[in-house]
Amino acid sequence: MNPFSSGTRLRDMIRAIRACKTAAEERAVVRKECATIRAAVSENDQDYRHRNLAKLMFIHMLGYPTHFGQMECLKSIASAGFPEKRIGYLGLMLLLDERQEVLMLVTNSLKQDLNHTNQYIVGLALCALGNICSAEMARDLAPEVERLLQFRDPNIRKKAALCSIRIIKKVPDLAENFISPAAALLKEKHHGVLITGVQLCTDLCKVSTEALDYFRKRCTEGLVKVLKDVVNSPYSPEYDMSGITDPFLHIRFLRLLRILGQGDADASDCMNDILAQVATKTEPNKNAGNAILYECVETIMSIEDNSGLRVLAINILGRFLSNRDNNIRYVALNMLMKAIAVDAQAVQRHRATILECVKDSDASIRKRALELIFLLVNESNVKPLTKELIDYLEVSDQEFKEDLTAKICSIVEKFSPEKQWYIDQMLKVLSEAGNFVKDEVWHALIVVISNAPDLHGYTVRALYRAVQTSGEQESLVRVAVWCIGEYGEMLVNNVGMLNIEEPITVTESDAVDVLEIAMKRHTSDITTRAMSLIALLKLSSRFPSCSQRVKEIIVQHKGGLVLELQQRSIEFNSIIERHQNIRPALVERMPVLDEATYSGKRAGSLPPTVSTSTGSSLNLPNGVAKPPAAPLVDLLDLTSDDAPAPSSSDGDFLQDLLGVDLAPIPSLSGTSQAPPSGTDVLLDLLSIGTPPPVQTNPSTPIISSPSQNSQTSVAPLERLSSLSSPLSTQVSSPAGASPIVDLLDGLSPSLSMPDNKAQESNFSGDNNGLVYPSIVAFQSGSLKMMFSFSKPPGNPQTTIIQATFTNMSSNVYTDFIFQAAVPKFVQLHLDPASSNSLPASGNGSVTQKFRVTNSQHGQKPLAMRIRIAYKVNGQDVLEQGQINKFPAGL
Amino acid sequence: MYSSFYHIHFVLLISRQGKVRLTKWYSPYSQKERSKVIRELSGVILTRGPKLCNFVEWRGFKVVYKRYASLYFCMCIDQDDNELEILQIIHHFVEILDRYFGNVCELDLIFNFHKAYFILDEILIAGELQESSKRTIARLIDAQDSLVEIAKEQASSISNMIAQVTK
Repeated sequence: MNPFSSGTRLRDMIRAIRACKTAAEERAVVRKECATIRAAVSENDQDYRHRNLAKLMFIHMLGYPTHFGQMECLKSIASAGFPEKRIGYLGLMLLLDERQEVLMLVTNSLKQDLNHTNQYIVGLALCALGNICSAEMARDLAPEVERLLQFRDPNIRKKAALCSIRIIKKVPDLAENFISPAAALLKEKHHGVLITGVQLCTDLCKVSTEALDYFRKRCTEGLVKVLKDVVNSPYSPEYDMSGITDPFLHIRFLRLLRILGQGDADASDCMNDILAQVATKTEPNKNAGNAILYECVETIMSIEDNSGLRVLAINILGRFLSNRDNNIRYVALNMLMKAIAVDAQAVQRHRATILECVKDSDASIRKRALELIFLLVNESNVKPLTKELIDYLEVSDQEFKEDLTAKICSIVEKFSPEKQWYIDQMLKVLSEAGNFVKDEVWHALIVVISNAPDLHGYTVRALYRAVQTSGEQESLVRVAVWCIGEYGEMLVNNVGMLNIEEPITVTESDAVDVLEIAMKRHTSDITTRAMSLIALLKLSSRFPSCSQRVKEIIVQHKGGLVLELQQRSIEFNSIIERHQNIRPALVERMPVLDEATYSGKRAGSLPPTVSTSTGSSLNLPNGVAKPPAAPLVDLLDLTSDDAPAPSSSDGDFLQDLLGVDLAPIPSLSGTSQAPPSGTDVLLDLLSIGTPPPVQTNPSTPIISSPSQNSQTSVAPLERLSSLSSPLSTQVSSPAGASPIVDLLDGLSPSLSMPDNKAQESNFSGDNNGLVYPSIVAFQSGSLKMMFSFSKPPGNPQTTIIQATFTNMSSNVYTDFIFQAAVPKFVQLHLDPASSNSLPASGNGSVTQKFRVTNSQHGQKPLAMRIRIAYKVNGQDVLEQGQINKFPAGL
Repeated sequence: MYSSFYHIHFVLLISRQGKVRLTKWYSPYSQKERSKVIRELSGVILTRGPKLCNFVEWRGFKVVYKRYASLYFCMCIDQDDNELEILQIIHHFVEILDRYFGNVCELDLIFNFHKAYFILDEILIAGELQESSKRTIARLIDAQDSLVEIAKEQASSISNMIAQVTK
């Protein structure tokens, strides 16, 4: 045996790696070490296995691949000695994870070690099992772990308790076996056992209502008593942390009490005294004490109402909020968000302090504070709050501006008391941070402006002034360009002056200057330029004195490289030159944009908000102008639990799908940069049939693109429904419907008809109970798929779906296979189908169960793509589709 | 994955230069995701100023971190979990390391990284706290260390015997 055969010692390898000056050197050292280790592995070297595994772990930590060492871990675990097992289990936990097949091979060794006579080896096995076990291993080894909960040594009992947590999370069905051994742990004196035992009970309550009932009835009083002892226990150096005895134990007790008290008045009553004692007696000057108070406040907020305690809790949060420690202020903001649901008035009292936090130098605190402020805004405080936020927008960091802008726009849209104020605020935001404003927001602004005839002059003048100082803000320029094109003469002649306005002198040529600059500025993107071209065309007929100049500007783009601009420029030029007689009619002012349709469309694709229109004429587009990735949408989702019935987001999608764009302005640009052409209906309006120009009557709605199939008739119906009641804009939609719309891009039209039907059932069914309406998830010529839903108790993320397939054709479908795919945040588990052949003529059906777990439950709706393959008369048939309108709350 | 269960999703020790000194994953992440997480988080955490709060919101989770000398101790938890308690757990871990190594420094954790893992395994299992007594943990680690020492002595005496016999 050559002692040098296995190369260097661990220490020397680490030294060699640390001595490397470049990444290439490091790679060379690692490569050499790996080669030696591989050689040792293939020779089945046992003497240095221990050292090689340690080296591999270090190499693994540096980010190099080490999969060839996985089997070495298993061999090391299987050897008899403690040192080998110790390093083997460590390697197992570091180099493998639960998804690797290799892991199954270790089950046997684990089983032996769990029964080993050496308690430290039992401990190693429990630790490994608790950290990486898979569902299969959990099932196989649960009896061993359950037995170890009663092991003589407390250090094994505590490990077994945590291991049990992993097991019941992996296989919730096993929970009932653990209920009574877990309850026994609550009577222990050893802190480690108590901590892990309470934790186990807490997690049992989360997976099993049976466990919850059991602990609530039998253990609440006992827990309160033990907590009392802990709180009043004398100083003990072993558990002392900055003057408090075992804060971890406190926190776990409070957490379990929270679950037991939630929704149960008796249990809540039982814990009132001890909660009051913890809330008043805990020293708030150290982190340990504050951690306990924080947990205590959360428990008080969650259990059944006790107004005295709640006052106590809100006061603690108030103290936290004025603390100088950023950590404490952060958690205070976090908790206040939850406290709004309990006592909004009390939280409002801290508004000024929270507003200061929005301006904090710490990004984490700013973000929390802004979200909290957003929840605090209402009709009565919207004006001062918006002013504060807009003032801060001027000085805030660049990276914070996007969030802040989105929130301000959303607040303004939601709570604006009058149009003039809305326009004023939007212009301020556009001037300050126009580049961060989403397309939907400025689209909505244009719709509002168009609907406020008495403010046209005021707005165009304000925009003119704003562009002079903030010409670099793209979306401000766009709105200004559009308004000057439409209302240019009001700018020049000071038409419709309001009392508050100062008259300004703008010549026709000044107005054209703005457009020319927007046209020529190198940062302007194609949308801005295209809008400027149209505005110029419009002005050419309204400002006869500038007509020649306008023509020259337009002509300059005849040779432009961008096809869209080039075409427009040539077409417009021909209108100016050769069609003088029809030009005035052609470039008439836009008909008033239809707010109801626009906001209806937006509402359909966006999270719910409540409109605050003050009159029927004032129907501000509501909703939030951001794609769902934005944090504010997440925030809104929090409020969606109490949202009313969903609205016609699918009908809206249908319109999009059919290309029948009835709203004057497209609602969904999708990307933050507007697509270069065709999205702006203004552009479309003018590009239809020129030259020769078609005389379109501006008062009839224009269908901007031809319908693609025979289902067009649905669209006017949709429109009718949204127009017939002005209230329809206020109907909120299912939370976060917009991701669905994104997903739907690839959806085939054949799906949309059954969608509607399914949706109707969706409407009538209540979406907040535990009963979810069944839906027709998919229907083609002869194949129909129904979904019915149920939820396992205690696990809101998971839904069990039963799919029922029926075949209406006269041929039997054989080799029937159903497949489904879900977005990343959803997990899908398919059970086998009841049969692989589907009888003809609806004579029976095939059923298949599957389970979906939505990890973003309450934030994102379910969505699913499906594929159904079968054979008819030996011919392969494949049908595909997408299901997007699962009942809300799944 | 189980967002309604609170537990620590992972523990990271990163040096001020962005070198990884310890990683422990209690929720499943593939190797690729792991390196991405480490890269992203070191970018966020190492650049934060000293006076700011110890919490970073990241991908819908929260990362609680605290700097001790040249090392950042980071733990990732769910949105609703108790951040202040996690700070206390980090401190607990540091105190135990300190007691074990005697005034612990980064080099101790580099050359004895496996020991740091053994200690962590006595503090956390399945992302849950296991023991609040520093003395108990120290005793358990010492007991296991001496088991290893005994085994080593036996092994060397056996190999000596073999060597003598085969001489």
